[in-house]
Parts: sequence; structure tokens; C-alpha cells
Amino acid sequence: MRAAILVAVMAIVTALLRFLPFLIFRKNTPAYITYLGKVLPSAIIGMLVIYCLRNTDAMSSSHGIPEFAAAAIVVLLQAKWRNSLLSIVAGTVSYMLLVQVLF
Amino acid sequence: MNRSIVGKAFYKSVPVMAGYIVLGIGFGILIRSAGYGVLWAFAMSVLIYAGSMQYVGVGLITGGASIITTAITTLMVNARHLFYSISMIDRYKDSGKFKPYLIFALTDETYSLLCDGRYPEGEDPQLYRFLVSLFDQIYWVTGSVIGSLLGAVITFSTEGIEFSMTALFIASFVQQWIDNKDHIPAITGLAGTFVCLLIFGPGNFLIPSMLLITFLLTINRKHKESQDQNGSGEQATLGKKNKSDEQGKTVEQKEANG
Repeated sequence: MRAAILVAVMAIVTALLRFLPFLIFRKNTPAYITYLGKVLPSAIIGMLVIYCLRNTDAMSSSHGIPEFAAAAIVVLLQAKWRNSLLSIVAGTVSYMLLVQVLF
Repeated sequence: MNRSIVGKAFYKSVPVMAGYIVLGIGFGILIRSAGYGVLWAFAMSVLIYAGSMQYVGVGLITGGASIITTAITTLMVNARHLFYSISMIDRYKDSGKFKPYLIFALTDETYSLLCDGRYPEGEDPQLYRFLVSLFDQIYWVTGSVIGSLLGAVITFSTEGIEFSMTALFIASFVQQWIDNKDHIPAITGLAGTFVCLLIFGPGNFLIPSMLLITFLLTINRKHKESQDQNGSGEQATLGKKNKSDEQGKTVEQKEANG
């Protein structure tokens, strides 16, 4: 029962965070918010990249080489072919090989 | 609903598939080992649908956390979802019957698939976004259930497959870099977060990062405005924005006063 209440709290708070901006700016979106809506996507994706790599440690046994190499592969493939699926699959497979076989 | 829009949405969602299924399996195994069966895994993935929060949630449930602690932890871990919603306000404004689900299902990964605003020509953009969002949640829920039911049976090594989420964000970052002329937001996000990571450490840097990014982008807007007023810089592209920016100023002032 207690667990069910906690699950409900997590679900409600998460939904609240997602819905809140839509509830606040229901009618007219202020130009400042429209501006943020325009510039935030690139900034947030940048933030998520760092977030995903936050535990990469240059002092660890692999020195962060698998992360760096796989990230470079994704960047190069995406810049060249602009096919997200290709970039992601190639980057992930390279990373898996690196951490499972080499390091 | 024609078949092609389903196919196109499916294709768009495929990059998320492997990561969500595997991370979902991880969650299913975790919650099972905490003594909660497949219905719990299913319910949490359907109702909460926030990856890292569900992992944290297992700890909250088994650790006997209070309701207040749970609410505050959820606020902290998921605060970034405010950002996603703010930047989708205009895009989802007229999405009608799809709107509640589109907002509910805005995870990190779904956001990164949809935030560039692209959709296949000739298709209903809102239906397309709804289908992409739905496919993503199906992967997540499926993974959770598989993990809960078969967790112990999986023997092949999936070590490193979590990198597919990182790869997804990196690919989105590069694509946005190519698509946008103005690289200031991208650099702000990358550099601002990195600085906060160095200062606050990997456990606590996300909320400071969001505040810093918002602050820097707000300054950048003010800077652009004053450039416009001086008549220098990229007048041609910014001229149109000027009017709405002035409107924004009064709203901001109102907020500051109130």
C-alpha cells in the first residue's frame, strides 16, 4: 500500500512538471518563453550529452577512450551522412566492442 | 490512419528502441529484486514513465522514504522536464486530442527525437509525434516487463548498450548544429553544463546547469535586442523578431514586479 502511494506521488509530480508550463501559458505565450522555446532545444541536447558522459573518468582504467572514440564516430557519421540511425548504431556497436573486448 | 505514417513514425523511433528495451529490462530486474513483481514494473513504466526516476524510485520504495521525500526527490530528478515542456509549448499548442499524451510522454529521448520540429511532408504532424511518443513508451514498458519476467535468463552481455542513449543525444546535437545558423544556444548548453559538472560534481550539477543556461540565454537575448536597436548586426533576420521581443519585455517586467 505504502509503495503504491509512493508510485502515485512519483507519477503525479513527474506529470506536474511536464504539464505545468502548458497550464501556465495556456493562452498567450510570452515572447520570452517563445524565445526560450527556440533556443532551448540545442542547449538542452548539449546538456544531455554532458549528462550522459558525466561519469566518464579520464583517470579510470580505460581513460575514457571508449566514450571519446565512440562519440567521435557518431559525430563524424552524423556530419557526413545525416542519418541518425546509422550514427547511433555504429557508435553503440563500437562502444560495446571497445568496453567488452579491448578494455 | 494510413500505414505509411505509422511506418515513418516507427522508423523515427527506432534509435530509441534498443536503449529503452535494455534500460527497461534493467529497471524490471531491479524492481523484481526489490520484491515487486511484474505488475509493479508495468504500472510504474506506464504511469511514471521517466527512466532515471524509476531507478531512483526503487530505492525510495525499498528505503521506506516518506511522501515528502519522494515528492522532493522527484522534483529534483525530473526538473529538466519543465525545460522540455517550455520549449514544446508552441509546437504542441494545437495538437488537440493528442496534447495530453504528447505532454505526458515527453521523456529525454522522445524530446530529442521531436525537438527539431521536423515531420514527414504531407503527414499530420501531431499524429506523427503522437505515434513516435507512443512507440517509445511501448519499448520502455516492454523492456520493463521482459526484465521483470525473464531477467535472470538473459545471459549475453549487453555491457555498453546504454551508450545508444548517449549516441542519440550526440547525433541530435550534431544535426541541430548543422540545421541552425546560430550556434550560441548549443555552445551555451554544452559549456554551461560542463562548467557546472566541474563545480558541483556528477551528482548535483543538473539543476545548476539549467539555471545557468537559462540565465546565459536570457542575457544573450537582451544583448541581441540592444544590437537590434543600434541597427547593427543581423538586422535582416532579427528585424521580424523585434516586435514580439518588445512584447516579451513588458511581460518580463510584470513578472519581476509581481
